[in-house]
Amino acid sequence: MKAAALLLAGSMALAACASDESGSGGGSGSGSTGGGSEDLRIGLAFDTGGRGDRSFNDAAVVGLEAAVEEHGGEFQDLSPNADASNRADLLTQLADEGYNPIIAVGFAYGEVIGDVVEQYPDTTFAIIDSSAETVGADNLTGLLFSEEQGSFLAGVAAATKSETGHIGFVGGVQSTLIQKFEAGYVAGAQAVNPQIIIDRQYISPEGDFSGFNAPDRGLLVAQGMYEAGADIVYHAAGGSGQGVFQAAAAAGKRAIGVDSDQYQTVDDPALQAVILTSMLKRVDTAVSSFIDSYVDGSVEGGSDIVYNLEQDGVGLATSGGFIDDIQSTIDDYRQQIVDGEIEVPTTP
Amino acid sequence: MNLLRRIGLAMFAPVLAVVVALVISSAVMAALQVNPVQVFAVMFDFGDTPSQQVTALVVILNRAVPLFLAGLAVAIAFRMGLFNIGVEGQYRLATILAAAVGAAVALPGPLHVLLIVVVAMLVAAIWAGIVGVLKVTRGVSEVISSIMMNVIALGIASYLLTGPLRGSPEGALIVSTAEIPESGWMPSLNGVFGLLGLANPPRQLFGFLVVAVVVGVAIAVLLNRTRFGFDLRAAGLSPSAASASGVDSSAMVVKTMLLSGAVAGLIGMPDLLGSTHAYSTDFTTGLGFLGIAVALLGRNKPVGIALAALLFAFLDRSLVPLQIQDFPASVVTIFQGTIVLAVVVANEIARRVARRSAERGSAAPAAVAGDGGTGPGQAASGAGSPGGAGDGGEGTGAGVSRTTGGGQRTDERQETGS
Repeated sequence: MKAAALLLAGSMALAACASDESGSGGGSGSGSTGGGSEDLRIGLAFDTGGRGDRSFNDAAVVGLEAAVEEHGGEFQDLSPNADASNRADLLTQLADEGYNPIIAVGFAYGEVIGDVVEQYPDTTFAIIDSSAETVGADNLTGLLFSEEQGSFLAGVAAATKSETGHIGFVGGVQSTLIQKFEAGYVAGAQAVNPQIIIDRQYISPEGDFSGFNAPDRGLLVAQGMYEAGADIVYHAAGGSGQGVFQAAAAAGKRAIGVDSDQYQTVDDPALQAVILTSMLKRVDTAVSSFIDSYVDGSVEGGSDIVYNLEQDGVGLATSGGFIDDIQSTIDDYRQQIVDGEIEVPTTP
Repeated sequence: MNLLRRIGLAMFAPVLAVVVALVISSAVMAALQVNPVQVFAVMFDFGDTPSQQVTALVVILNRAVPLFLAGLAVAIAFRMGLFNIGVEGQYRLATILAAAVGAAVALPGPLHVLLIVVVAMLVAAIWAGIVGVLKVTRGVSEVISSIMMNVIALGIASYLLTGPLRGSPEGALIVSTAEIPESGWMPSLNGVFGLLGLANPPRQLFGFLVVAVVVGVAIAVLLNRTRFGFDLRAAGLSPSAASASGVDSSAMVVKTMLLSGAVAGLIGMPDLLGSTHAYSTDFTTGLGFLGIAVALLGRNKPVGIALAALLFAFLDRSLVPLQIQDFPASVVTIFQGTIVLAVVVANEIARRVARRSAERGSAAPAAVAGDGGTGPGQAASGAGSPGGAGDGGEGTGAGVSRTTGGGQRTDERQETGS
């Protein structure tokens, strides 16, 4: 019941700030060529957690807003229902309403998008975090990230900054994708300090997506790590990360954010102070440059675009200035990864 | 007249609940500066083309089928006075094992489907049966044990999926079991649309709809027209009276949990047989918990549960069009939440009204005066006001126990009065 009340309160708060969602339709798209002569109408289908997670999903919105700013037009974003059983409906509705291109945010769409792209051959689709090559339709592009590379740098930062030689990792769901974060983080921390103790824990097991949206459980897990002696915890847990920050603030320790620059998005000075850095996954860049190429008419389709350290598709945020003193160490490791001297593992 | 009154009473609580929920959510919408009338118009707008309209219908029905089965599974236990919160774990574990068995064998069409369904029912029944056995032999509350069994079931399902039953290639983001061969798929009912002269939508209507209807009818007959059903309901209404009249309540608890579990095993079947053909990490979750709300709304009667499932499915479908029209989708969440709350309250009110009207119907005219006298007493005990406190003067317990104590005492007075 408490969870239900929280959910209700949360969704009401969301609803209150959702009124200006697609208000930027006024700009004329006269400068656009190739993609369509009329106004750009972009559809965006969110993953569980939906808009307002201050992390992964919101990063996609930032990218969309930038694209709309540049090319004009409007966008429509949709969130799935609580158990996300209507993912296919979100995509088909957007296509029915004439939105084009349509971007599916999250690998969970990988299962349903195959049928949808077949059903709407004239609509251009993109999917974040899932490969389009396995689907093989030429109106679908996969936007992928080398999360393990960015997480490696997060591990470097954590190990360098840790005073206790003990750090932690909180994963949202024990899935292949999140294990990439874990693998990179562990490798990075051990590269700096081979003896470091790393607590690793996932909020929910594979198949149970609740771990991406459970700040209360994120708090409990992180609390346990801080009490066990960890002084820096990295989370790859979407909306649950808020709980990790709260645990850090309560314990007077530090945490590392994920996906967005959470120092900027967290909206609470007390929590801001604990965010050492964030592992940036530039979903915004991926989204806006995909729309750029759609407008140019240069979307290839049927292939994947991988964003890694080299193109700054992943990286570390410097907001707050907490890692300025170790920037040279980080840059050093970054260069080694870009040069291929360090091969970052993708599985723990 | 009697029938009419019974129907009226049966409808009273759910209708009241829906109306109260409508009023509350309209008020919330108004507070958010959203026009409720427009919102409801969008909810009922199924699209312009016949194909879109039929698709909307298919989406609703496809969603309603598992919700109905989940509600039914919960309701069977509810009727016996058992709270089976473990439906969630029961169906998840059942679905993954059924998917694995289905993928491992090759049989002619109908037999293959039957085997998958039977495996699912067996697994879920056994899982639920454990709860029943624990309750009977060790007195473990089924609420506690079924919640704990959920956690265990989800853990096992997760282990099986990522371990021995993994069918997807290493490194795939969505982990799934091996796909069930085509002989184990259930054909869709889309042919029916042709027969009815409707447009054939791109979405497939689950063939499992037919099974769900049959199961619903079978459960209704079982509960209302058989000795077993009578014993079950009697034990639910008054365990002591039931055992005094020769019902073996321990055996009934186990049997009821087995039956509830068997139905729970069917929840994942529409998706498994009709669309996904494998159990994967993004298989629909949470249906077991939604089933509790659906069963409550349907007052634990199969017809009511069917209507409740359709209502929930209808609300669920409207999420997408609402967002497209720039209305906050949370309206639906608020509506669903208030419905469940309102149902609990309305059921209680309906129960009191039913009891009072039954008393009025059976008692001699002299009892009417006594009945009138208890009216304020009940109200007072409900509100925990001085009337109830004075009544419970000798029972100085906590506030809650005092009010219930007051309520019971009022009942006694009623009995002596009549």
